[in-house]
Amino acid sequence: MKIYVCIKQIPDPNTVVSKLDPNTKRLVRSGVSLVLDPGDETTISAAIKLRDTIGNSELVAVSMGPTSAQEAMRRALAMGVDSAILVTDPALAGSDTLGTARVLAAVLKEENADLIFCSTESTDGYTGMVPGGIAEFLAIPQLTFAREIRVEGQKAVIKRVTQTGYQTVEGPLPAVVTIASGSFEAIYPTMKGIMGARKKPFTQLSLSDLGIDPSQVGEAGAREKILAIGKVEARAAGQVVKDDGNAAQTIADFLQRYQLL
Amino acid sequence: MPKTIWVLVEVENGQPARSSLEVLGKAASLGRAEAIVLGSQAAEVATTLGEYGAEKVYVHADAAYDTYLTLPAVDTLSDLLKQHQPALLMLATTYDLRDIAARLNVRNNMGLITDATDLQFEGDTLKVTVPWGGETLVTATLPQQGTGIVLTRPKAFAIERHEGKTTEVETLQASLTSASQTIKILERVEVESEGPSLEDASVIVSGGRGLGKAENFHLVEELAAALGGAAGATRAIVDAGWLPYSYQIGQTGKTVKPTLYIACGISGAIQHLAGMKGSKYIVAINRDEHAPIFSVADLGIIGDALTILPQLTGEVKKRKVQ
Repeated sequence: MKIYVCIKQIPDPNTVVSKLDPNTKRLVRSGVSLVLDPGDETTISAAIKLRDTIGNSELVAVSMGPTSAQEAMRRALAMGVDSAILVTDPALAGSDTLGTARVLAAVLKEENADLIFCSTESTDGYTGMVPGGIAEFLAIPQLTFAREIRVEGQKAVIKRVTQTGYQTVEGPLPAVVTIASGSFEAIYPTMKGIMGARKKPFTQLSLSDLGIDPSQVGEAGAREKILAIGKVEARAAGQVVKDDGNAAQTIADFLQRYQLL
Repeated sequence: MPKTIWVLVEVENGQPARSSLEVLGKAASLGRAEAIVLGSQAAEVATTLGEYGAEKVYVHADAAYDTYLTLPAVDTLSDLLKQHQPALLMLATTYDLRDIAARLNVRNNMGLITDATDLQFEGDTLKVTVPWGGETLVTATLPQQGTGIVLTRPKAFAIERHEGKTTEVETLQASLTSASQTIKILERVEVESEGPSLEDASVIVSGGRGLGKAENFHLVEELAAALGGAAGATRAIVDAGWLPYSYQIGQTGKTVKPTLYIACGISGAIQHLAGMKGSKYIVAINRDEHAPIFSVADLGIIGDALTILPQLTGEVKKRKVQ
């Protein structure tokens, strides 16, 4: 089976306060630490696990981004992904979710993917619109918010997280499956994996390789326009005290004062 | 002429979903609100929607929507959008509606804005407020012709009641294609939990990495129980596998607005703050005095949550008895 996992390099959510450039109105990427999206580490781990369970299958990572995204893809390869495809093109800058889905779907269509893994959403934009968009471009089902997945013949069956529990959901292959954050144990790259990653196949594609008109992607194709960038009204800061051994009393007094007990 | 704003209303246990009613109220304040309700219980729900601001409701009472996710709704909405061309389709940010929005957007080449906390029309220009990264507030618009989609953040709007108001109901007869009936729900499992749900709780105690290890999370649960509240978690510890996704509070996960929020060992990543800073009172316990959580806390304690939590649980129990 041919399994794919769509991944993204983002500003490190643990160290970077994500900012928009007031002139270009795009995400500030320069001078900040970029990492493989932590959500994608879970998703890649789920995909590797399934590939190994099914057997006789290969797993390919696909990403769209600047050339720096190679770093994130190397990490995916070091984790155990078999090969990687990066779509990079200056015309892609400023793409919205529609443009991103269009590009990733074009790659996946060429490749005749059986199963496509995505994270439910990225940890920078949080829109969650790209996986369903890819599925629609490919006219295949999307099975979302999976915390477990198995393949039975020509079907994928998932446990889908809901507000109050879960659903068991099935759909025919090929399909897009999105993985809920934290639902699979992450696989960490071993030294051998890191060394081996350098020898794995790595393909770089441009828009013309995919036959996509640049006017359909990037800022030119984006539907959403930013009119203004402003500041969030700050919540008034309260009182901060050091625990001197009476913190429990201090908090309980606070709760009582505001009738919260 | 007022603009027509559509809202896809979800049904939960035979009732319109609270999140949908919040959005419907906002839609009614922007123009002529019309609702779409799909599924076996759609007809019963539809008649009540006038009271929440709907001038008209499109109803398709086909049970296939209950069993087959996403695609039947996308087919029906795409047809309706072509026929009626409303100015806007507003959707609450829920699991199912996000899936529907993602496909609608591509199929009909629509503009789409997610995570909105407010929106208005200035003349013909739609202005949507979207918080970005904790410090930035973006105003965005959809300049192209045709219906746009706006997904709104949970609890961004209050439910508006229009007592006694009735609504026009149009019943749809279209038959769904078999091609759309592929994503099938085989089983629904409700996980029983003690105490109130995170969405309904007026008190939430939540934990983060500062708790050290999964085995310490019971300290959070015990304080939550003593206060009659619910326990929640950050994405960091959900990602680390300490707790299931259903505990997650933040931009990913649940948005909560309890009366009291107690953050224990939570540094206050933007993604977490986005989901809880609407709480009325915030108490934070963290060892790091520079933790961003203190910037939103009404009361911040620089200290070790592992030491303070059991003491506080004891103190709460003691004072509750008095």
